[in-house]
Amino acid sequence: MTRTLPLIIVLIAIVAIWYAAAIGLNAQWQNDVYRRGDVTNVPATQFVLDTWNQEKPVLPTAHQVFGELFKLTVLTDPTKPRSLVFHAWVTFSATALGFVMGSVLGIGLAVLIVHNEAMNRSLMPWIVASQTIPILALAPLIVVIGFNIFTGTFGIPTDPARLMSKAIISAYLSFFPVAVGMVKGLRSPEAIQLDLMHTYNATPNQTFWKLRWPASMPFLFASLKVGVAASLVGAIVGELPTGAVAGLGARLLAGSYYSQTIQIWAALFAASILAALLVIAVGVVEKLVNRSMGARPA
Amino acid sequence: MSQLQFFLALVAGGLCAAALALSLVTPFEQGLLLKAFLALGFLSLIRFFVPLGLWADGAFAVLGAVAVLTAIGVFAPTPAFFWMALIAAWLFAWLFVERLSKALAPGLADNAGLGLLIPIVFGVTILVAWEAITRAGNVPQVILPPPSMIWARITASVPTLLADFQQTFLKAVLIGYALGCGLGFVVAILIDRSPFLKSGLLPLGNFVSALPIVGVAPIMVMWFGFDWPSKAAVVVIMTFFPMLVNTVAGLNASSAIERDLMRTYAAGYWQTLMKLRLPAAGPFIFNALKINSTLALIGAIVAEFFGTPIVGMGFRISTEVGRMNVDMVWAEIAVAAVAGSVFYGVIVLIERGVTFWHPSVRGA
Repeated sequence: MTRTLPLIIVLIAIVAIWYAAAIGLNAQWQNDVYRRGDVTNVPATQFVLDTWNQEKPVLPTAHQVFGELFKLTVLTDPTKPRSLVFHAWVTFSATALGFVMGSVLGIGLAVLIVHNEAMNRSLMPWIVASQTIPILALAPLIVVIGFNIFTGTFGIPTDPARLMSKAIISAYLSFFPVAVGMVKGLRSPEAIQLDLMHTYNATPNQTFWKLRWPASMPFLFASLKVGVAASLVGAIVGELPTGAVAGLGARLLAGSYYSQTIQIWAALFAASILAALLVIAVGVVEKLVNRSMGARPA
Repeated sequence: MSQLQFFLALVAGGLCAAALALSLVTPFEQGLLLKAFLALGFLSLIRFFVPLGLWADGAFAVLGAVAVLTAIGVFAPTPAFFWMALIAAWLFAWLFVERLSKALAPGLADNAGLGLLIPIVFGVTILVAWEAITRAGNVPQVILPPPSMIWARITASVPTLLADFQQTFLKAVLIGYALGCGLGFVVAILIDRSPFLKSGLLPLGNFVSALPIVGVAPIMVMWFGFDWPSKAAVVVIMTFFPMLVNTVAGLNASSAIERDLMRTYAAGYWQTLMKLRLPAAGPFIFNALKINSTLALIGAIVAEFFGTPIVGMGFRISTEVGRMNVDMVWAEIAVAAVAGSVFYGVIVLIERGVTFWHPSVRGA
C-alpha cells in the first residue's frame, strides 16, 4: 500500500494535468467554432465540456482516447481492418518473429564470443559500435528493398514478405542487448566454479550446459526484456515507410495524414499496452524457468 | 598450432592451389597480381614444414585483398577461381586474427594498439568482401551498392548531406538532447528530496522506458509544425525518462557510511549533493547520456518520416528510398553512423575525464 499510493496519486495528477492542458490547447479551435456559429455567451462549464469532446482536438482527453480504444478493440470484430486488435496482431507477429530471430542470433554470437578469443576481439567492438548507429534510419531501406527481394527473387507472397522485412528490423534491434547480456552472463561463473568443473574432468560441453548456461539465465532474461521492447519499436517503425496498410505503425501514419488525433493516441496507447504485455510475458517465462531450475521464491 | 589454425591454414593453402590450377587456362598476362597471390598462397603450405610468422599471414591477407580488388572486372564472366581467391584471402585474414589474438591474450593491457588492429581487420575484411561480391557478382545497385559507389556519392553530394546534417543533427538532435537530458537531470534532483514523488514517479519512469515512445512523433509534428522544433520535442521526450531514472538511481549510489561522514562534517544538503552524491552518481548519469545519444538520433530521424521541410536526414532517406536512389540512402546512413559514433565517442571521452576514479575507467 505504501508503494502503490504515491503511484496512484501521481497518476491522478497526470490525468488532471492532461484534462487541464486539453482545455488550454483546444480552446482556440473551440473559440473559432463559436465565432463561426455566432454563438456568444457560452457558460464556462459548457466551454470546458466542449473542449474535452472535440472531433479532431489538438489534445484528445483520456475518456476520448480510451473510449476509442474500447470501441476499436472490444466492440469491433477483430477480423475487420477497423479493429485495433487486428492491427496489434499484425505488429505483434512481426515483433515476435523478429524477437525470436534476434534472440537466437544474439545468443549464438555470445556463445561464439565467449568460446573464441579472436571472435571476441573482432566482433565485440563492432557490436558495440553498431549500436551507436541510428539503425532505425535503415528501416525504410530494409523494408522496401527487403520486400522487393522477398517478393521478386524468392517469389514469396506479399504478406509474409512484408512480415519478414519488418521482422529483420526487429531482429537487428533486439540482438544487441541479448548478445551483450549473454556475453556477460556466460562469463559470470567465477574462476573457482570453473576450476571445480575442471576437477570433475568436465568436457567444455558439460561446462557450458551445466555451469555457464544456467548461470547466464538472470542476464538473459534481463536483456530479453530490453530486447522485446526494442523489437516492438522496430516493428512499428518498419510499418511507417512502406505505406503499409496494416499494423499499429500504419495506424499512426494514417492518423497523422488525416489529422485524426484520437486515432493516433489510441494507436499509441495500444502500442504501449502491447509493450507492457510483452515485457510481462517475458517476466512470466522467467519465473517459470527459475522455478523449473529449482529457484525458491525470495 | 591449434586445431582451428591448422584447419584454416590447410584450407586457405589448398584453395589457393586449386584456384591457381583453374586460372592456368586463362591468358598468362591477365590478372597477374591475382595469380601471384594464388601462387604465394599455395607456397604458404610449406608452413607445415617451416614455421611462418603471424605477420606473414597478415601480409598474405593484405596482398589477397588488393589482388582481388584489382582483379574485379578483369575476367568476364567472373570465374570460380576469383571467388576462391576471395575466400582464401578471407581465411588468411581470419588466421592472422586468430594467431594475433592468441599472441595477445596473456598481456591484455600492454598491446592496446595491436588489440585495435583486430576489429579493424574484421571491418576491412567486410568492406573488401562487400565491394568484391557486389561488383564482381553483378548485384543490382538497388539491392546493395558497393562501398566505392557510396563513397563517390558522399563526395559528390557534400552540400546536400551537410544541409541535412545541420537540420537533423545540429538543430533537432543537439537541442533536444540538451533539453531532454537537462530536464531529466533537474527533475531527478527535485524529486530526490521527496520520497513520495520518488516512489510515485520512478515506477512510471521505468515503465515508460519500455514503451515505443517514437510513436509520439506524429503528435509532436502536429503540435510544433514541420520544422526542427517538433523533432527536438520527440528527442526531449525520448531522452527525458532514461536520464530521470538513471540520475535518481545514481543519487542513491553513495553509501550510508559516506553520507554519515558528510553529516559529521556538518555538511548541508547542497554540500553533500555537490561534493558526494553527484560525483557518485557520475557513472549512472553518463550511462544515461550514452543511451540517450543513440536514442536522440533515432528519435529525430524517425520523426522526420512523419513530415519535414524538404531537408533533413530522415526526409532524405525516406524520399530517396521511394525513388530507388539507394546509394544516396547509404550515403545518408554513413553520415548518420559517423555522427552517432562521434557523438558517443565524445561522451565517453568526457566520462573518462569526469569519472576518472571509477573502476571501469581505471581498469581500461
